[in-house]
Amino acid sequence: MSQATIDADAKPESLGVGADHPDYLRADSGLRSWLLTKDHKRIALMFYVGVILFLGLGGVFALVLRTELLTPEQTFIDANTYNQMFTLHGITMVWLFMIPAIPTVFGNFVLPIMLGAKDLAFPRINLASFYVYVLSAIILLGAMLAGGADTGWTFYVPYSTTSPTAVTWMGIGIFVNGISSIMTSVNFIVTTHTMRAKGMSWHRMPLFVWASYATSIIILFATPVLGMSLVLIALDHALGLTLFNPRYGGDPVLFQHLFWFYSHPAVYIMILPAFGVISEVVCSFSHNKPASYRAIAYSSLGIAFIGFFTWGHHMFVAGLSEFDAGVFGALSMFVGIFSAIKVFTWVATLRGGSISFATPMLYFLWFLFLFVFGGMTGVAVATQSLDVHWHDTYFVVAHFHFIMVGGTLTSFLAGAHYWFPKMFGRLYDERVGLLTSVAVFIGFVFTFLPQFLLGNGGMPRRYFTYPERYQWLNVLSTGGAWLLGAGLILALGNLLVALKWGKRAGPNPWGSRSFEWITASPPSKHNFEETPEIERSAYEYTLSEEVARERAKAR
Amino acid sequence: MSAQRLVEQFETLEKQDHAARLAMWMFLGSETLLFGALFASYGYYRGMYPSGFVQALHHNSVALGTTNTVVLITSSFTVALGVHFIRENKARLAAGLLALSTAFGAVFLVVKGFEYAHHIHENALPAGMYSFVDQPPAGVVLGYTLYWFMTALHGLHVIAGMIMLAVVAVLCWKGRYGTHRYVAVENVGLYWHLVDVVWIFLWPLFYLTD
Ligand code: HEM
Ligand SMILES: [Cu+2]
Repeated sequence: MSQATIDADAKPESLGVGADHPDYLRADSGLRSWLLTKDHKRIALMFYVGVILFLGLGGVFALVLRTELLTPEQTFIDANTYNQMFTLHGITMVWLFMIPAIPTVFGNFVLPIMLGAKDLAFPRINLASFYVYVLSAIILLGAMLAGGADTGWTFYVPYSTTSPTAVTWMGIGIFVNGISSIMTSVNFIVTTHTMRAKGMSWHRMPLFVWASYATSIIILFATPVLGMSLVLIALDHALGLTLFNPRYGGDPVLFQHLFWFYSHPAVYIMILPAFGVISEVVCSFSHNKPASYRAIAYSSLGIAFIGFFTWGHHMFVAGLSEFDAGVFGALSMFVGIFSAIKVFTWVATLRGGSISFATPMLYFLWFLFLFVFGGMTGVAVATQSLDVHWHDTYFVVAHFHFIMVGGTLTSFLAGAHYWFPKMFGRLYDERVGLLTSVAVFIGFVFTFLPQFLLGNGGMPRRYFTYPERYQWLNVLSTGGAWLLGAGLILALGNLLVALKWGKRAGPNPWGSRSFEWITASPPSKHNFEETPEIERSAYEYTLSEEVARERAKAR
Repeated sequence: MSAQRLVEQFETLEKQDHAARLAMWMFLGSETLLFGALFASYGYYRGMYPSGFVQALHHNSVALGTTNTVVLITSSFTVALGVHFIRENKARLAAGLLALSTAFGAVFLVVKGFEYAHHIHENALPAGMYSFVDQPPAGVVLGYTLYWFMTALHGLHVIAGMIMLAVVAVLCWKGRYGTHRYVAVENVGLYWHLVDVVWIFLWPLFYLTD
């Protein structure tokens, strides 16, 4: 460490850019410095706490549901409570966990660093987005205590307008939640356009940025339509001012059109960020550039675009004409094509790579298997003749959980492990990480695979009792759910322990070439004291680490 | 002076201003879709009940609707002039023009208020405000309902736009804006143009096509 040695200059650099400044966790102290922070990394951590809390809450609702379904007759809650539980489970998971999770936590944290920026374009809007999210959570929790809701997360009229539960406030809460999503996505889009470091052309950006960009576009154009539909529901429920009541000639099916115009794109809002995480993970751990950068980047945009024209596949039995059903079915398959392009590209990326098996990589494998399974069944239910049989059965429940849990939650966990050293400067215990990952996978498969069989055998969704012949599959599913829950808690525990007792991580423990890894772990408050100059793409694994660092020069 | 307003995450003022403008355009795109849901409903129901809609629209006065159109277009023009003059550093003139635009917004609301009062008087109300006996035929009620929802949502946007116009007018007057700094004024102007454009679509749908 003597000043006189030749590599004295190189030393601080090998600790990562900004290592000679206090890191973002220590740069300021006190509660105020957190609650009023404009640092994207701290805001990301506050969101992290929020979404994990709601993942837990939604998980509790889910376990109540599964436990009730252990026996064919009533087990321990009544039918009304059951209706409440699946509604609250859906609302919590979709709007308070799944939609914000990856963008507001990992997106907030790494997107500016990946672009070589000091922060997002509008730090104050970013902070405001967090508080709007908190406000929406408070409204939704309040509504849960003041009557809850029993309409399902889809709020179909006419029932939602007459339900005695707190539908109005649920609608308002989700509307407010949408404002937070829109604030964050405007921020991401503008940041991507205006804050790329010198030399960072669009095709040098990490793929996670492309995925976040595509997600933001969908949020921007789909969320207001949902907001409006829920305002209409709230007006109807609270004041009787209605657009959907047949007494006045209104058509309840119009609500379904409006709802799915948002909510189909919303499923891509939930999965595209996951694609982004997976692209980063697969490249970093196979130490290989993506088999085709453009295929991955552009297919996200393709999905974002096509996703706006497929909503009708949720309404095959709601009186769509056969012609419309055919068109919606065919368009839905295009999404399958774009998704398949991604899947094949990820797999091809493994080829010739030098693969290291850390926890995120294992999650990638689970993701691959589960997403393909979920996607294939998606194409199957997009076929009208088949869907007439499967619609509103457990088959559909299994389909979307394969994608939302098997795809998105799995990638969330992959990201949580992958970026953990960057976010907190420590390494988690790899063995426990792998083990919990296996538990999550096995738990998942036991929970949801039987649901395909149940649905195919004719068990409808949203009922709290069922004929005896379905019991053994339900028992499997409930057992799996408990295992999945335990796996998640252990995974969280592993990361929490590592926060304090984990080994110190260097700036780049995975040997990644992506730009967030050139900063110190954890990064300094401003990420880069000086904007870096980028002379390479995010995936140049043929270069040695020193050369790669030279070509993304920042002090 | 202008160097002070450069925030740390941007390298140049041009980029910073460009970012603010881009954000406004994105937000406006999002706003359009908020109305889009109602426009789609309008198309859906008008297709279902063509004659009911025509009957509902008979209640609207073309004269008043057109007056309001002229008022809003004029206000958009004065806003554009205001933006032009603030770029040229004529802050007082710009402030006056923006204040005038705010006043036009108020005129619009007053006219709209008269129309609403008239509709209430004629019992042309949204669905949900009728008893079974006095309820007009199905398509007519839906026409009224969409009229109320869409113009009320637009009215809320007019109010929001007026507040923003008033704020930038005051700040122009106080010398906060000028050649060195005018993106905020431009953005408020853009917002006001959106309010105007939405009305340009509402006007034929509710006044000219009965
Ligand atoms: C490969 C592309 C996909 C296709 C072709 C597809 C197709 C479908 C179809 C046709 C349905 C309606 C089934 C029915 O109600 O009878 C459906 C339901 C659903 N899908 Fe997918 N899907 C795909 C991907 C996804 C993704 C990526 C997600 C979420 C991340 C997702 C989430 C859902 C949800 C939440 C539902 C059920 C909503 C409800 O009724 O409560 N799907 N999907
Ligand atoms: Cu869909």
